[in-house]
Amino acid sequence: MGSPPWFFRFSGAVVRWLLPLTIGLLLLGAAWGLLVAPPDFRQGNSYRIIYVHVPAAVVALAGYYVMAFAGAVSLIWRIKMADVTMRAVAPVGAVLTAVALVTGAIWGKPTWGTWWVWDARITSMLILLFLYLGVIALFEAYENKTAAARACAVLSLVGTVNIPIIYKSVDWWYALHQPASIKFTGESAIDSSMLHPLLLMIGAFYCLFALTVLLNMRAELVWNHREASWLKQMVRNV
Amino acid sequence: MHPLRKQRLIVVSLVVVLSSAAVGLVAFALRDNINLFYPPADVVAGKAPVDRNIRLGGMVVEGSIERSSTELDTTFWVTDYEASVAVRYSGILPDLFAEGEGVVAEGMLDDNGVLIATQVLAKHDENYMPPEVAAALEGKAALGEAAVLP
Repeated sequence: MGSPPWFFRFSGAVVRWLLPLTIGLLLLGAAWGLLVAPPDFRQGNSYRIIYVHVPAAVVALAGYYVMAFAGAVSLIWRIKMADVTMRAVAPVGAVLTAVALVTGAIWGKPTWGTWWVWDARITSMLILLFLYLGVIALFEAYENKTAAARACAVLSLVGTVNIPIIYKSVDWWYALHQPASIKFTGESAIDSSMLHPLLLMIGAFYCLFALTVLLNMRAELVWNHREASWLKQMVRNV
Repeated sequence: MHPLRKQRLIVVSLVVVLSSAAVGLVAFALRDNINLFYPPADVVAGKAPVDRNIRLGGMVVEGSIERSSTELDTTFWVTDYEASVAVRYSGILPDLFAEGEGVVAEGMLDDNGVLIATQVLAKHDENYMPPEVAAALEGKAALGEAAVLP
């Protein structure tokens, strides 16, 4: 599985069906959430930013675990493909975190009355953005790619402690951010007519994450193996 | 597993566990500072500082909002169902500010224990529903029935 030619061929096949699937799910979820789902009884239509905010935040958290797991694999088994994965996830995670923060601020102004507040949820989410940016910067700071990957793996692993903190922050401390509306056990606090498009959008964002990470990995592989004969042959055959 | 990899696995696990423990202890030590606001019970009990800005959070007591007819001044009570604190605020309130809803007010306590607020934020709860469902719930509650969705 760690072989670049095999991965290149496999990911090419996955991207071919993942790309239309992602676009389809995003369009369907956005149309359902923005046009079909009813307005909220208190917020009116401004709540609809939830269809971007929550999926971006959920996948930003899950993506961090993907990066940290790749970091652990890289440290223990020294698999090159794990380094490539880590490096591919970091910018995607950073963008998703930034999207969650910006959409949250845009929603916060009309709802709470402020763009920003230093509560536990928002501050820990900002730390997540800095962790992602830190991994990106650390990769660029080293000449030697193996040393860079090792440093990034350690940073990613240390940062995992932030993920449960973000998730539970609204329950552990008094925060302005509301607790989760989607509940894994029991009835969700969001009406099913609004919940279903939200779940669809979360699925769409997971696909978008997988797609962009795979494309990033392929781009990195092409660069790393630009002189390799298998790559030249594969490009010639396309 | 190869002994070298096993050793690395142990080191990686230790890094995660020990750094989590360290951050956990720091968060536990700083728990009072991580809280965004004081509940009214803490303010009434004198646990909140009186000589500097604090945030007070809770629910706006039903029927407690009094608006001045000539100025932007508003007074209301904030409760956590254990204790209540009066808040005075002069300014524009957020749209979602209402009786029985969550609020976070920032300001200083005066000598009478009234919070003179410089900022009032609405705290939205986790409930999202269409207007019809909200109306149905309200109707059922008014009839004294259990609020059950159809």
